[in-house]
Amino acid sequence: MGRYLKTLRRFWGTALASQTEYQANLLFDLLAMGGNLAGSLFMIGLFFQGGRGLGGWTWPEALVVLGIYTLLDGVSSTLLRPNLSRIVTQVQEGTLDFVLLKPIDSQFWLSTRTFALGGLPEIGAGLLLMAWAARAAGARPSLAVVAAAVVLLGTSLTILYSLWFVLATTSIWFVKTWNATEVLRATLTAGRYPVTAYPQTLRVLFTVVIPVAFLTTVPAEAVLGRPSWPWLLGGAGMAVLFFALSRAFWQLALRFHTSASS
Amino acid sequence: MAIVRADNLSKAFRVADKQPGLGGTLRHFVQRRWRTVDAVREVSFAIEPGERVGFLGPNGAGKTTTLKMLSGLIHPSGGRAEVAGFEPRRRQRRFLEAITLVMGQKQQLLWDLPPLDSLLLNAAVYGLDDGEARRRIAELAEMLELGPELTRPVRKLSLGERMKAELMAALLHRPQVLFLDEPTLGLDINAQVRVREFLEAYNRRHGATLLLTSHYMADITALCPRVLLIHQGRLFHDGSLEELASRLAPCREVRLELRDPVPAETLAAFGEVQQLQGRQVRLLIPRGQLTGQVARLLAELAVEDLEVRDPPIEDLIGQVFREGEVRAGAMT
Repeated sequence: MGRYLKTLRRFWGTALASQTEYQANLLFDLLAMGGNLAGSLFMIGLFFQGGRGLGGWTWPEALVVLGIYTLLDGVSSTLLRPNLSRIVTQVQEGTLDFVLLKPIDSQFWLSTRTFALGGLPEIGAGLLLMAWAARAAGARPSLAVVAAAVVLLGTSLTILYSLWFVLATTSIWFVKTWNATEVLRATLTAGRYPVTAYPQTLRVLFTVVIPVAFLTTVPAEAVLGRPSWPWLLGGAGMAVLFFALSRAFWQLALRFHTSASS
Repeated sequence: MAIVRADNLSKAFRVADKQPGLGGTLRHFVQRRWRTVDAVREVSFAIEPGERVGFLGPNGAGKTTTLKMLSGLIHPSGGRAEVAGFEPRRRQRRFLEAITLVMGQKQQLLWDLPPLDSLLLNAAVYGLDDGEARRRIAELAEMLELGPELTRPVRKLSLGERMKAELMAALLHRPQVLFLDEPTLGLDINAQVRVREFLEAYNRRHGATLLLTSHYMADITALCPRVLLIHQGRLFHDGSLEELASRLAPCREVRLELRDPVPAETLAAFGEVQQLQGRQVRLLIPRGQLTGQVARLLAELAVEDLEVRDPPIEDLIGQVFREGEVRAGAMT
């Protein structure tokens, strides 16, 4: 375990150093983050001006969902996208070989190798929005509520990560042809709104087929102090299942790995 | 006991077969045709600890594929490999700690950061504590004559300096088995010599086993007492370079400068006359008779100058590969 923690420290230390090497780039990243944040706030503004109900959720409650979505999007920008989108390049260029030669879990390496500073403020904004909206909605945070919220946020992150990792892994087979992770990202924007805001068929799709509901709506229920055991257990089960699937899929993919020629 | 062993190791790749042009593209899209390429065919050899072995063969012979199977990057289609007591394809932690693979065409150093950052990262990955890591870095840096380069961004280093730093990154964990795929590729003569000397010193100091491929024959002749020659996926020679040379060229060339011209019939008694131009003669003499015939030449003819030459090994190998399997088949 010590080896992994130390490695992670070096991973992020070098990532930080690489990013500060290009000062101008970092500035642009921060500007882009500012733009993203302004975009999200504009979305929130639209909610307030709408004056309509949204799938039985009040405005502050819907904002909790948006807060969680912003948090997930921040984590995607900080960790998932910088790491997982590199898998395709590494397969193409054959540098995946260096990862596979290291005495450390290759999935851990590929998933945590770097991080993008630019995504951090979005995580902060998501957390703030979520906390503020929950208060505005009248949620009373007890220990049980906070624990359930943390568990469900963890499950939602695990599910998102696992889905993304599996899609990125397919690049072992479809090296240049398909960058499916962008499709996933586009689909996940559906998580901005409570799942009950969608028509019945989409609702089923987003719960059973693509677990968008587990990503934002279910954790939002917990944050608002109305967690239910079935959802909590369902979410946790789903997370364990998806994570196990991502590991099994990676091992399968490695058996097909032919390693780019010299 | 052998530290690297290959038993009938084989690898077949399925590759798509596509004709050029629009028609070919459409056919390729609708009905894809595949063919199987046997990159490595039933190759067997065993390497003892501490040996330095050169892996020879033209492009596409199967050298890199074999190295990748031995380092666990690709799974063999047939046969078995064993390295440091492990089955490479299982990629167990202790196996990965015992080997390294240096690829001259790829780099693991972080481009924007000084090599030292990559080295410390590798130290963490291999579970070395900071003190030990710094001791090893200092030792390797001294052997490779690297100093201030270690704190300069990799992108600012020359190719030779970068390769040296790559070697440091690949050897920090003191592997017992080194697989080196074209470690001197693109380097100038000086840098090639440095890398070569370093590998020999490393081998001596740590008793590490080396298996290396190179397009520069000088790397092989300087470093490897033993060579494996592979062509079209098959192993054709396993032995010393001298044995290979005598197998490929059973004769040596003797160049003479005589005081007076001598008729060809007289010279034919010593060997096969290749060229006779006035006082200049080129003879081919079988290796086994060389010393006897040279002594006779010196005793019976008025020789002003005499030179015995081996045809250059790369010419010989090149000739074998050009002549294809017929000649190569005769070698086994």
